[in-house]
Amino acid sequence: MRRRRRTDWAKWALGIYFVLFLIFLYTPMMLMGVLSFQGVYGAITFPFRGPVGLRWWHALFDSSLPSSHAAEIQSAGAQSLWVSFAAGAIVAVLAFTLSMAFRRKFPLQGLAFYVIMLALMTPGYLLALGTQLFWKFMGIDTSLWKTALGTNVVWGIPFGFLVMLAVWNRYDYHIEEAARDLGADQKRAFREVTLPLVWTGIFGGFLFGFTLMWNDYDRTVLLLSGSEASTLPVQIAGLTLTTAIRPDLYALGMATTLLSLFTIALVLGVVGVRLRLRATPVHKVEEEFGLGGGLEVESEAPPSSAS
Amino acid sequence: MATEGAATAVPSSSGVSGLDLVKLTKVFPGGGVAVSDVNLHVDHGEYVVLLGPSGCGKTTTLRMIGGHEFPTSGDILLDGESLVYMQPHKRPTTTVFQHFALFPHRTVLQNVEFGLKMHGVGKEERRKTSLEALEMVGLEQLSDRYPRALSGGQQQRVALARVLVTKPTALLLDEPLGDLDRLLQLRMRVELRNLQRQLGLMFLHVTHNQEEALSMADRIVVMNDARIHQIADPLTIATKPATELVARFMGDNNIIRGKVVEREGTRLVVEDDHGVRVSVQAPGEATSVGEPAMVAVRAAAVEVVENVGGPALNSAECEIVFVEFLGDLVKLHLTVGGERMLAKVPGERYPSFRGREGEKIRISWREDDGQLLHA
Ligand SMILES: Nc1ncnc2c1ncn2[C@@H]1O[C@H](COP(=O)(O)OP(=O)(O)OP(=O)(O)O)[C@@H](O)[C@H]1O
Ligand SMILES: [Mg+2]
Repeated sequence: MRRRRRTDWAKWALGIYFVLFLIFLYTPMMLMGVLSFQGVYGAITFPFRGPVGLRWWHALFDSSLPSSHAAEIQSAGAQSLWVSFAAGAIVAVLAFTLSMAFRRKFPLQGLAFYVIMLALMTPGYLLALGTQLFWKFMGIDTSLWKTALGTNVVWGIPFGFLVMLAVWNRYDYHIEEAARDLGADQKRAFREVTLPLVWTGIFGGFLFGFTLMWNDYDRTVLLLSGSEASTLPVQIAGLTLTTAIRPDLYALGMATTLLSLFTIALVLGVVGVRLRLRATPVHKVEEEFGLGGGLEVESEAPPSSAS
Repeated sequence: MATEGAATAVPSSSGVSGLDLVKLTKVFPGGGVAVSDVNLHVDHGEYVVLLGPSGCGKTTTLRMIGGHEFPTSGDILLDGESLVYMQPHKRPTTTVFQHFALFPHRTVLQNVEFGLKMHGVGKEERRKTSLEALEMVGLEQLSDRYPRALSGGQQQRVALARVLVTKPTALLLDEPLGDLDRLLQLRMRVELRNLQRQLGLMFLHVTHNQEEALSMADRIVVMNDARIHQIADPLTIATKPATELVARFMGDNNIIRGKVVEREGTRLVVEDDHGVRVSVQAPGEATSVGEPAMVAVRAAAVEVVENVGGPALNSAECEIVFVEFLGDLVKLHLTVGGERMLAKVPGERYPSFRGREGEKIRISWREDDGQLLHA
């Protein structure tokens, strides 16, 4: 009896903790959402100043409205989107090819692993500072599409790399050998068997590269050249510093969040359908992306270079 | 016939038909010797089973033949041509992998078609041949399923159909029945063997299951610790083990370890520390009086005689330790001065042994059932 009651208490406590956690996580965003629907005299804090309307949302898209930042925000948004796509693609390809090397043992593998992981540990701002100094020293101007993108890619690679290690960890190499046995040369086996079995991991690497670049401020801010359009995070930070903060920033925050949610839903949908079609032993989406056994792999992955 | 040693030697060729492993050796980096100096000839149409305990190098041997592992030294010849430098996809061998290694992202039919597709066979013909192969293994109605939705036995058949459509010269099977439950295993043994007879192909089958090897093989190769211990037909392996390891691994053998006390012609008499004397025919053996020797006597060849006393040669007085009834036979666990012995007698005789633990009994065997072992 006593034992059963204790379990119930634990459940209640955990339930309450979970609700508090949700509130902690999502209230700021919901408040922002609420405040973005204020009227012309809306401010950035409560009380809510009516009437309820879409004025601030409008200001995101219509630069003819007085004191609208639509033009800057839109160009920064587009810039961010493209450069994030580029970062995602580069991270996906590099992390994947790097991880291919780790399928076999090679001398100094352990060292190579830690070198790749180093970018994960280095504070972003310092990395940017170092990069800036380096290129200054080399006499080359920093810019978004060169240095900022490069630094973010360096940062993103370890994430994509870990995802791929997890994928290889549960990959059955015999399947590839079977393909070779049945007459596929190395290229063919790669195309017909390896790639279809691990592309979700590669896609996971892309998502990491994309989101890291999309959200990055530390690494980007120092590495832009003054003249060019900046990325969304840098633009927003600039607006909060130079002009009065207004509810259109909240609308912007909500808009990007909704976009992210939509993208995630889309990805889950695609992977879910794919999983059902293929009916592999992988039942969870996070496993499909190689995120399931991630930690386990991290501790196992660096094989000692000596042996 | 064969070249000396290294994989770096010029590929040799000879008129021999069949598969030849010549001084095949694999040392893994780090010093693990997985396969050491293996010599083996397999004829076309022959069913050969590689048998040995876990870690003895069976899989590694198979992988070298299939081209998935590069030999440290030695040669692999198929019909006199060296395969060592040939890429796996060019070799006329295919493997049924231990866990089948089906392509999870392809349907059963697509799995079977894969080999033909790689060999550039047209779509229509590919489909037709694959469906025929599936029919042969009785799975034509499951051709649209994905491998995950199949039972172990069905996956096994798909794996077979998949390799058979490519018409390999030699089929390599790595513990093909290991993943199946016992009843299915027994059925697949027969099916696999029938299929092989029907196709007349060379099968090289790896297992650690003695019974499976005895029931399926034309010839058995017993391996241990990277080396071949004995190559012989199942009857010989079961009744005339060449080494102590084979005798122990095949099980139910009495091993009498002692010294040679007499020698007349090819006949030796060996006596152990407890006075058990066993005579054995050992033609071609140079063992002389006073040297250590080992003799194996199968438990099934041991007779139980009730009268205590009697001739000392090929006989021993034992104490019954435990009577184990197994239905159609009884295993008598015996001891001679601490040395374990085993006798297998027909199950009908159980009543006459039941409850007699601790009593003395005399066992004997015929000289022909003694087998001199090599170290
Ligand atoms: N890639 C490898 N690197 C290092 N050692 C290996 C490698 N593959 C196998 N070995 C070692 O070689 C030996 C033989 O292995 P192998 O897989 O051939 O054994 P096996 O007879 O097939 O055993 P089992 O019945 O357990 O499958 C083992 O000691 C194993 O640890
Ligand atoms: Mg094995």
